[in-house]
Amino acid sequence: MIGTKLQISGAQILLRSLKEERVEAIFGYPGGAVLDIFDSLMRHFSADFRFVLARHEQAAVHAADGYARATGRPGVCIVTSGPGGTNTVTGLATAYMDSIPVVVFTGQVPTPMIGNDAFQEADIVGITRPCTKHNYLVSRIEDLAGTIKEAFMIATTGRPGPVLVDLPKDVMQAESTFEYPHTLKLPFYKTTIKPHMPSIKRAAELMIKAEKPVIYAGGGVISATAHKELRTLAEMMSCPVTMTLMGLGCFPGTHPLSLGMLGMHGTYRANMAVANSDLLLAVGARFDDRVTGKLEEFATGAKIIHLDIDPTSIQKNISVDVPIVADAKDGLARLIEVLKNKGQPAKSGKRLKDWHAALTAWRSEQRLRFDRSTETIKPQYVVEKLYEITAGNAIISTEVGQNQMWAAQYYLFDRPRTFLSSGGLGTMGYGFPAAIGAQIAFPDRLVIDIAGDGSIQMNIQELATVIQYKLPVKVVILNNGYLGMVRQWQERFYDNVYSHTDIMVSPDFVKLAEAYGATGLRARTTAEVEPTIKKGLQTDGPVIMDFIVEREEGVYPMVPSGKSIKEMILV
Amino acid sequence: MEDRRVISVLVENKPGVLARISGMFSGRGFNIHSLAVAPTLDPQYSRMTIVTAGNEQIIEQIIKQLRKLINVVKVQDLTRGDYVDREMILIRVKAAATDRSQALSAANIFRGKVVDVAHDSVTVEVTGAQNKIDAFLQILSPMGIIELIRTGMVAIPRGKKEPKPKGKS
Repeated sequence: MIGTKLQISGAQILLRSLKEERVEAIFGYPGGAVLDIFDSLMRHFSADFRFVLARHEQAAVHAADGYARATGRPGVCIVTSGPGGTNTVTGLATAYMDSIPVVVFTGQVPTPMIGNDAFQEADIVGITRPCTKHNYLVSRIEDLAGTIKEAFMIATTGRPGPVLVDLPKDVMQAESTFEYPHTLKLPFYKTTIKPHMPSIKRAAELMIKAEKPVIYAGGGVISATAHKELRTLAEMMSCPVTMTLMGLGCFPGTHPLSLGMLGMHGTYRANMAVANSDLLLAVGARFDDRVTGKLEEFATGAKIIHLDIDPTSIQKNISVDVPIVADAKDGLARLIEVLKNKGQPAKSGKRLKDWHAALTAWRSEQRLRFDRSTETIKPQYVVEKLYEITAGNAIISTEVGQNQMWAAQYYLFDRPRTFLSSGGLGTMGYGFPAAIGAQIAFPDRLVIDIAGDGSIQMNIQELATVIQYKLPVKVVILNNGYLGMVRQWQERFYDNVYSHTDIMVSPDFVKLAEAYGATGLRARTTAEVEPTIKKGLQTDGPVIMDFIVEREEGVYPMVPSGKSIKEMILV
Repeated sequence: MEDRRVISVLVENKPGVLARISGMFSGRGFNIHSLAVAPTLDPQYSRMTIVTAGNEQIIEQIIKQLRKLINVVKVQDLTRGDYVDREMILIRVKAAATDRSQALSAANIFRGKVVDVAHDSVTVEVTGAQNKIDAFLQILSPMGIIELIRTGMVAIPRGKKEPKPKGKS
């Protein structure tokens, strides 16, 4: 037809739109309802995207999530209808709890069949409503490009989060002209929030007067790329910084002002500092129960400033004195500016002398520690050696449980986006696929998954993925034959009744690695740890390092659930 | 302190929006006393009147969580200002031909309308603020309520009593 634009299929519109969004990598898994998309991907777009075929849709979403955490750009995933969609739920919930921008496209049965219990039909929009920031069912091809634009906008702006777009097969097969919209039809969605300046000024006044201040920084600092501002503020005010699990890397772990992580398995000095502070500046953090312990006894002597992009996070768990709704970068920059204009910061070092002395005392009183005299491998020692040997330069992902906490305690993160871990949802099986996502984004960097023998088995099938795409992901298994964190709670709080946490029946991880075509290494004694890590890291391609560790080692310090953070069990 | 609150929510009139709102309430453990919804003059939007209860902190969370939903246009806590609220009730009470007059006079006092009469019952429609509806129910209950249906509250802020100095209203 002369004078009219070329008609292309919905599948092509989808992929052209992804190009417009500058998507480079797509993680996913094909199926009946997405045949048209996958066909177009191979026929017309094979040069445009790096497609990574996971071996399970959950892993595909975690990989997209790991890609997003490592790069700051949205992770993209395409899966089929029904079970393809339902398998993404854990991945979406993981990304939702940790505010990670992920866009998941699911196939759907053709629109005339929706609601008829068709083959591989699931109401995925209904199912994922509470675990996505927003989701869509695209029922007309005319809405397709605009919806994709909205999905990316919503996923990446404000408090980021996952968005799901459900694509019926007939919409993918229909044809229409393609024009990627430049403007959005989201009149009620606010992407920019200007902080309330009087609140910023009030925060500055409190900071200038504080004698025992602490900055409590969370994942929001990383998603807002506010780590430079955070460092400037902390150094300018000589203010110590403690980080949440999600915040690790937003402030250098090796910095003299770093207190390490706070909360349930935080450092003694971080928890003591918060408990005794007179001013707490929370940035991009949400007073999670794993951080605060017993709320009534959390930082009782402190005025609290809470800077967060999400108004619902403020005054949710704890009543704060100065609420500031702002993007962490913008909010901190303005706070710094006000403080500079007041000309006071220079005096901070002197004013806080006693405070710093107290922090040093807490530090030397109770350091993170473990018994170094044993022949049996201590899991902490493995992480510590890993830190030394990699000089802190690896991207570390973790599974969930003891392995995660030891990684957080003994690997110091100096840069943001180098620690990938499921904090909010606590998803076992997250770390390995997340490492795949990070390795796809950074083929030349060292990416290591610190795992337990329990959680690695939750997505172990991804060994095939790392082999297929020649991804040199390294997996360090801290193998204690237990679901260790649950066992630790059973030991502490359930009279040593180890109900169903013994998993000595596990595969031989070395042989398993070899069965997939990867390298497997094992260490049984403390003396073997260093050579095993070195050999593993020097080996090309994917490697599983299986460290047989002390079976009943616990993670300490520990604040028992529901107790005040002052009541730490130290060893 | 548990306070009853009336929240007016303007939303985009799209499929699934009601589920997003009610799902947010149930998922976060908030309580919905009643919810009434219908399109506005502009059919692109719907307005909901939600009656809920909770302390100050919970109400603040409810309002913020509503505002966070992508399809929500505007959220107003009507309880913060002056507003007019109404609810309609349809109620069928036992009333044989011989003692119908009692039901009719009650309806009359409450400015209700008889909308259906059967050989052993009458159905009455009453509109009013919730305390009036409750009072009406109390009066009728000794007669024997067979069935009743309430719409839930709808509410609108009162207009300004004094003219604005200038500008748009």
